[in-house]
Amino acid sequence: MNASVPSQAPAATVPVWQPATGRRVVVTAVSCVTSVGGDAVSTFASLLAGRSGIREISYFDTADYDCRVAGEMRDFDVGPYVNAKDVRRMDKFVQFAIACSDMALRDSGLDFERTGHHRVGVSIGTGIGGLRVIEEQTQKLQERGPRGVSPFVVPMMLGSIANGHVAIRHQLRGPNLHVSTACATGSQAIGEAACAIQRGDADVMLAGAAESPITPLFVAGFGAARALTTRNAEPSAASRPFDSQRDGFVMGEGAALLVLESEEHARRRGADIWGELAGYGVSNDAFHVTAPHASGLGAQQAMRMALGRAAMTPEDIGYINAHGTATILGDAAETQAVQAVFGNHALDGGLWLSATKSMIGHLLGASGAVEAVVSLMSLRHGQVHPTLNLAAPDADCRLDCVPGAARERQLAAVMSNSFGFGGTNASLIFKRYERPSPRGVF
Amino acid sequence: MPLEAQVKRIVIEQLRLDRSDVEREDSFSNLGADSLDLAELLMRVEQTFELRIPADSARELRSVGSLIDYVASVATR
Repeated sequence: MNASVPSQAPAATVPVWQPATGRRVVVTAVSCVTSVGGDAVSTFASLLAGRSGIREISYFDTADYDCRVAGEMRDFDVGPYVNAKDVRRMDKFVQFAIACSDMALRDSGLDFERTGHHRVGVSIGTGIGGLRVIEEQTQKLQERGPRGVSPFVVPMMLGSIANGHVAIRHQLRGPNLHVSTACATGSQAIGEAACAIQRGDADVMLAGAAESPITPLFVAGFGAARALTTRNAEPSAASRPFDSQRDGFVMGEGAALLVLESEEHARRRGADIWGELAGYGVSNDAFHVTAPHASGLGAQQAMRMALGRAAMTPEDIGYINAHGTATILGDAAETQAVQAVFGNHALDGGLWLSATKSMIGHLLGASGAVEAVVSLMSLRHGQVHPTLNLAAPDADCRLDCVPGAARERQLAAVMSNSFGFGGTNASLIFKRYERPSPRGVF
Repeated sequence: MPLEAQVKRIVIEQLRLDRSDVEREDSFSNLGADSLDLAELLMRVEQTFELRIPADSARELRSVGSLIDYVASVATR
């Protein structure tokens, strides 16, 4: 045990969160690009089928690395989205974000000629940003000196630059937010975007996250922290959330975006409403920079806040898309936290959890965004993907994490959880959209 | 390869032009280059010809011809 880890303080009185006020926020389109699909529909189909995107790393020579597997986006063709000249000016996470923005806005049916651009904003988070560019240009700086450094290095490495590209491309002139809270980024970028709509700053927000972290430095860094799996022999079996044989996470890459919209704006234009973002909870463990609090106190608080803001009880939630990274400490803490918040509902078959990271790995900042899309697909279609490689559930992880095969269930509400280094926790609740009841107008 | 053809080839490659030739009269802005493209182009020219283009000279280089002339003048110095 690390001596610098502070003693775990006893839980103080748990506060109660009041239902959110302000405008209701709904989802009118979703998009993602992952190692198992070039869009949301194909990604969800792959996940339902239990198809893994984890393979041996091909981006660089991993001979000296303890972890040699990742969920690379090998089949992603940026051609339809970005021309060859501009591709050179963008790190991959930006390319992923642009692809998602095109798909999401197309599917939303939004017509800016009619609605205008000025109340449409962007909230694309990244946990890291253009790390590959920083690594390559640092090498050039060392080899050739300052005059060897590309004029594009700064606009390529900035974590917030995807926001700029997407705003320029689609002329989105409303609020532009960039959240960077490690692995909680995606969920928080969506939650904060909803807040911008709730308080009236925007009517529409394109919200989510993008990440391309499979670089020599990052794989080495997470490896040095002993956070990554070393199960290289069979890549598709390497990511094992909640399994007794799990030994660390697998890195992935990709992006996901939602179109969030105020309810009245969506209804006025007759949009197809996927669901309502009913609750958003966010907290910090205030405990340790990398390790989770063993009982997941901060995670509990985020979930309780999301439920309170949504005016829901634990029994209203039928499915949780777990953070489930497959680290020893993380999965055990998350299990404890879910049990503490959901009580008997977590154990009596009423609550299913699954870990998307079992198939696409950990997309760091983008994971929460992809998992929000997956949660919305489950809400809409009544299907829940399995947790792959959950052969023998750990004694510390006794929840129903949907081992083996996909399942079907009508879901009224779903939760998606993300927990990040630095102790940040974020929890989102999406529920089926119900029109407000008429108040005797007729 | 003569210097003029060499510079033109760099311009075509660096700006990813969808054509096989450029004219001396072509301005970089008409070729679709912005300030960052131009900075990168000049970096490539500096590396290829092992020369250094000072900032005040760089600002004057707005066309293919001016770049060719500049490289020729420095290279023959």
